[in-house]
Amino acid sequence: MSRRPGFLVYGLLSAFVVGSAFPLYWSFVIGSVTKERAIQSPPPLYPGGHFLDNARRVFDQIDFWAALGNSVVISSVSAASVVFFSTLAGYSLAKLRFRGANLAMAFVVATLAVPTQLAFVPLLKEFSNLGLAGTRTAVVLPFLVTAFGVFFMRQYLVDAIPDELIEAARIDGCTQLRTFWTVAVPAARPAMAILALFTFMHTWTEFMWPLLILQGSDVQTLQTALDQLKIAPAGGIADIALLQAGTLLATIPLLLLFIATGRQLVAGIMQGAVKG
Amino acid sequence: MTTIEALRTGEPAQQTGPPTPRLTWRQKLSQWDFRFSPYLYFLPFFLAFLLVGVYPMAYSGYLSFFSWPRYGADHGPGVGFANYAHVLTDPVFHKAFWNTIGIFLLSSVPQVLIATVIAGMLDTPLRGRTWWRMSVLLPFVVAPAATALIFGSLFADKSGLVNEIIRAVGLPGVSWHSDRFASWTAIATMVNYRWTGYNTLIILAAMQAVPRQLYEAAALDGASRVRQFLHVTLPSIRPTMFFVIVTATIGGMQIFTEPRLFDTNLQFQGGANYQYQTLTMYVFNTSNSGTDPYPRAAAATWLIVLLIIGIALLQFLVTRHLQRRAER
Repeated sequence: MSRRPGFLVYGLLSAFVVGSAFPLYWSFVIGSVTKERAIQSPPPLYPGGHFLDNARRVFDQIDFWAALGNSVVISSVSAASVVFFSTLAGYSLAKLRFRGANLAMAFVVATLAVPTQLAFVPLLKEFSNLGLAGTRTAVVLPFLVTAFGVFFMRQYLVDAIPDELIEAARIDGCTQLRTFWTVAVPAARPAMAILALFTFMHTWTEFMWPLLILQGSDVQTLQTALDQLKIAPAGGIADIALLQAGTLLATIPLLLLFIATGRQLVAGIMQGAVKG
Repeated sequence: MTTIEALRTGEPAQQTGPPTPRLTWRQKLSQWDFRFSPYLYFLPFFLAFLLVGVYPMAYSGYLSFFSWPRYGADHGPGVGFANYAHVLTDPVFHKAFWNTIGIFLLSSVPQVLIATVIAGMLDTPLRGRTWWRMSVLLPFVVAPAATALIFGSLFADKSGLVNEIIRAVGLPGVSWHSDRFASWTAIATMVNYRWTGYNTLIILAAMQAVPRQLYEAAALDGASRVRQFLHVTLPSIRPTMFFVIVTATIGGMQIFTEPRLFDTNLQFQGGANYQYQTLTMYVFNTSNSGTDPYPRAAAATWLIVLLIIGIALLQFLVTRHLQRRAER
């Protein structure tokens, strides 16, 4: 629509943005008052001065740095692996002719709709039998490939690489692998960056699978560490100041990532990124 | 692809001297490289996905027809459909089913409506367009676990901000945790918080693809902004809307993190009366239960899969029906 937006549009959008930011502000407010003040009425509306105290108590309760490290390692491995497998498979579906290509594509599209969460219980069983339960390896394994990644790369590469370029490389005597490396990978780079970013965030925020596979283990991700922080001390009052301080601490890494890469995230979603 | 065909057969373009039907070793290698590489590139993904996606699902399908001795390491004798019968007659499962449907409706209908309206506003010549787009995406980087904990505190029954505001207006506070519908609303709010901005951008991308001439033509015909939105924008973005609704369904049927972390007391899984236990939580809890944990969880899993397929199919049929009616 071409008309310049009026005051109403800016007002409504601003209200939406304020609503989006408010929960984070609230988390900071509660995380920065004493645990007694946090549950008094009326609730605090401005930050206190106790955030660092609460943060210290978070570090006492859970091994925050270890959990953070685990989350970083698991999310990075998952992102690298998804990008690698997806670029290879996506290129082959987009640009190479082979018998069964259509079938392979149909397989990818069909598995897009499979609710992966529901594979978790049988996976847990499988991994327990293999003695993997409670390890970082077990957490990352289900996130090494995603059908979405292959689909995304294929859609991107279909238009990103002209067929003539591949033929030219072939005529020049390039092997398939060299063609992939010198023609496809440079063309795919922007999509690889977006896919890496998305996968990293997706694995980072995953809760159910690490919770299942790390039950009773010393290894925790940032998300499952929050779950442990939540378990209220028996008989005591719920310590929501501690909980909110921990929540905010756990959110800061992704907030920083968002500040650094927000533009790419927006572009990635608008290029037809899909959930999961 | 004639060049390629010529290369594949290994025939030199110009024959000079006696024909040599036999290919050199190098040409053979190159041929194989050409023929089998595509498979090799697809295979790693395919195998990995079989291992962590397809196989577990198939295995759980198989497992759902067996019993599981307590503390056993492997399944017991086959029991036919007994596990399915157990799950389908379990009142807790019934409750989880309705909870999931309720939370799903409360979290998808308002979400799609709001996302469409916000996208319509972003599809205007705004100042600071990129900034607005980034701003609506902010909640997306708050992990579901963090979202659940923050909103759990906002919706706390006694000292939560939401109840404080309600009481300040002079109304009685709402029991967000014990009242069934209220707890659904609180959980749906968390889901909406995280996903509305994301879906806004997807819908916005579709809106940007609508040819601007259509709007100009509609404006010439005297259509107001609202009418343009209803009769030009919405019909043009129908496929994207369908896509958003289906992904919301697949996600909505699997809601787990928000209800799991909603209660301050982890003794109850989804409320003292299971009033907000979802289907995925049911699967999770069943896998930790005493009798036949895995087979029952597997049976419940497959029931959810069938449910998702059924709902998605229904949405597809409804959409197609609307599409046909619109074309008439």
